[in-house]
Amino acid sequence: MTSLAHSPSIPPVSAATTPSPLLQVEALTKRYGSITGCEDVSFELRAGEVLGIVGESGSGKTTLLNAVSGHLEPTSGSVRFDARRHGLVDVYGLSEPDRRRMQREDWGFVHQNPRDGLRMRVSGGANVAEPLMNLGRRHYGEMRQGTISWLARVELDLNRIDHKPRTFSGGMQQRIQIARNLIHQPRLVFMDEPTGGLDVSVQARLLDLLRELVRDLNLAVILVTHDMAVARLMADRLMVMKGGRVVESGLTDQVLDDPQHPYSQLLVSSVLQI
Amino acid sequence: MAFQSAPDDRAPAILVDGLAKTFTLHNQGSAGIPVFDRLQLSVKPGECVVLAGESGVGKSTLMRTIFGNYLPTQGRVEVLHDGHYVDITSAEPHMVLEIRRRTLGYVSQFLRVIPRISTLDLTMEPLLENGVDPDEARERAIAVLQALRLPQAHWDLPPATFSGGEQQRVNIARSFVREYPILLLDEPTASLDAANRAIVVDLIRAALDKGTAMIGIFHDADVRDAVATRLFQVSDFKAAA
Amino acid sequence: MTIANEPAVTTQAGSPERYYNYAYLDEQTKRMIRRAILKALCIPGYQVPFGSREMPVPYGWGTGGIQLTASIIGPDDVFKCIDQGADDTTNAVSIRRFFATVADVATTENTTEATIIQSRHRIPEHKLTAGQVMIFQVPQPEPLRGLEPREMETRAMHAYEEYGLQYVSLYENISAFGRIAATAGYPVMIDERYLMSPSPIPKFDNPKMNNCPAILLFGAGREKRIYAVPPFTQVRSLDFEDYPFEIQTWEERCALCDAEGSYLDEVVLDDAGQRMFVCSDSHFCGERRAHGHAGVMAGHTLDQIDTDGPEEKAR
Repeated sequence: MTSLAHSPSIPPVSAATTPSPLLQVEALTKRYGSITGCEDVSFELRAGEVLGIVGESGSGKTTLLNAVSGHLEPTSGSVRFDARRHGLVDVYGLSEPDRRRMQREDWGFVHQNPRDGLRMRVSGGANVAEPLMNLGRRHYGEMRQGTISWLARVELDLNRIDHKPRTFSGGMQQRIQIARNLIHQPRLVFMDEPTGGLDVSVQARLLDLLRELVRDLNLAVILVTHDMAVARLMADRLMVMKGGRVVESGLTDQVLDDPQHPYSQLLVSSVLQI
Repeated sequence: MAFQSAPDDRAPAILVDGLAKTFTLHNQGSAGIPVFDRLQLSVKPGECVVLAGESGVGKSTLMRTIFGNYLPTQGRVEVLHDGHYVDITSAEPHMVLEIRRRTLGYVSQFLRVIPRISTLDLTMEPLLENGVDPDEARERAIAVLQALRLPQAHWDLPPATFSGGEQQRVNIARSFVREYPILLLDEPTASLDAANRAIVVDLIRAALDKGTAMIGIFHDADVRDAVATRLFQVSDFKAAA
Repeated sequence: MTIANEPAVTTQAGSPERYYNYAYLDEQTKRMIRRAILKALCIPGYQVPFGSREMPVPYGWGTGGIQLTASIIGPDDVFKCIDQGADDTTNAVSIRRFFATVADVATTENTTEATIIQSRHRIPEHKLTAGQVMIFQVPQPEPLRGLEPREMETRAMHAYEEYGLQYVSLYENISAFGRIAATAGYPVMIDERYLMSPSPIPKFDNPKMNNCPAILLFGAGREKRIYAVPPFTQVRSLDFEDYPFEIQTWEERCALCDAEGSYLDEVVLDDAGQRMFVCSDSHFCGERRAHGHAGVMAGHTLDQIDTDGPEEKAR
């Protein structure tokens, strides 16, 4: 780099000094007998980064999400997370109670279907307060206040705090689920098609809300979606999966505007333009 | 390839070295579309380098590659960020995003519209992302919207229903509401009338005076002449087919 | 009121009938249940699965309690059986007579005389003493079942001490009723480790379990679980910092014996809504009346129930 040598006031290129990653996944593989769920997946995630995992059905993205979030022990490879309680730790090296506690304290998981992520027989307010009770909070009044402020934040009618989730629409149930997954200030949130199955206008508003929350709380997010528009809107980075493998990864706008891999090109060109 | 020694000693804000781009369309029989090859470009603070050449020669492609939106086939794009050079083509995504947030602004022809965000919020966003106090951000956003003569009635509306020219001015507002050390301008005045074009020229000149390094694509000859420090012929680096 | 009696089967001390399947259960079954009891005592509040047997009453009628009693009772015991505090309900009488027959034991209504007390849904007013065993009939041993239907999940919650969900149910109470409205089967923490359902006893009785000198055994026949609280164990009722645990209180006193501070049942007297409040613990109330205490409705016909049949009097 001869040109730089002529600029004495500028120090030489430095290796980017980066803060240590929040999550480190290395060579993660999950097989079901001879069937591959996901294979040899490696990536890192920083605080405040939103990683989108896109791919079609059967690509392995849900398997990957479950393996990374501690719900599916991999066949090989590792998942390391910088936990509040333990520091950088191998997720599957923890005992099951410790792992469950870490999932409760440091993580959130927003399911596609709110029924999978909420207790339907318990009021919306109690659903949102439960993570606080799991953390050992024992003051009803304070917890209720916290719940009220979170319900306001996800733009739900506060008069309905004691209503059961089944009396809400799908979009509203998702908002309850989001509040429930953020009230304990997790550092990392997993989202599995959080707006799948919702009406388009509802989806748009929910994505707005999610973007705002991610930015305000500096959340790290791993978002699985098959919807490229959602990926474009929400994710900083993308990983494209096919047949259990990551075929391309990079900056979101780069993967969507200048896809390199044949499959990525196919995926992007298949998206309908309106 | 050696660089021409620059008239002054200021370090370049952007250094493009040996850049090549060929698009490979795998689903069309792996057809290759070569664009440019062995491209060299250096831009200093306070310079406005205008990319020249006919349509299709690769001006936008070059600009997008510098921005990190496209991946080059070969070469590097060194951007001066926080006193260090960072190669955007090989930097981690979070690094590229950080560079875009603080150092490298981009005005494109199109404003990608996000449904519910108001014009004012959109204009404030670059400031808020950089930790500016919300009240101050609001004031500065209003100032630039006023400078671009966007009517106050528009400020609380999302730009989806605006005309092309109005959307373009929102785009410009976002890039000039704070001082980016480097700005990439891709046809920033394409949809504007003469009066608004003049305003944008003033904004560009003011930024150049403050030391912003710029690369621009301007079809309008008047604007080009008003702001260009020099022209850069992309076709000089045309790739062999 | 006297109850028509069948003549009791009496056996001679030392006769073979007395020792073959003593107390109805075969020896192997008793051994299995005793092992379960020992394990339960070693892990206070932990639900031990056991092989619940077919009993002469169906599920829901106290088979768990009966199996516990049958496994520990011996010829020298004195057995008391109460149903919601009363010795004289049909089922209490039936069970008491059952053990009189199959275990050839003395029975009593006197709490202080009893060595084994089997109870449906109450703890007697008299303070329990060392050497007594209290046996509870439990319909649903799992305190979290109402909120978490999966057995695998509740087992994990107990194993990992993940009890936030129980507080969710208390939270729901407060948000619905303005206070913790659960009045019976109020969840407790045993030795600050296991969450336990104390069976559907009124919360009024919860404090009696704390640091109790007696052994407390809990049996659920249908659900096939046994759990226990050994003597002098800490038993704490759950609550919130700003909604502390409180027991029930009454403005009234017992209409028959004038007791203050015992658990009162409300008895509706006629269609006009007339009612009286009476001690739930029939022995406690009767003893007070025998000692001359009289409440505002002393002399009421309820007072006249004579629950000792002729064969009990004969013992």
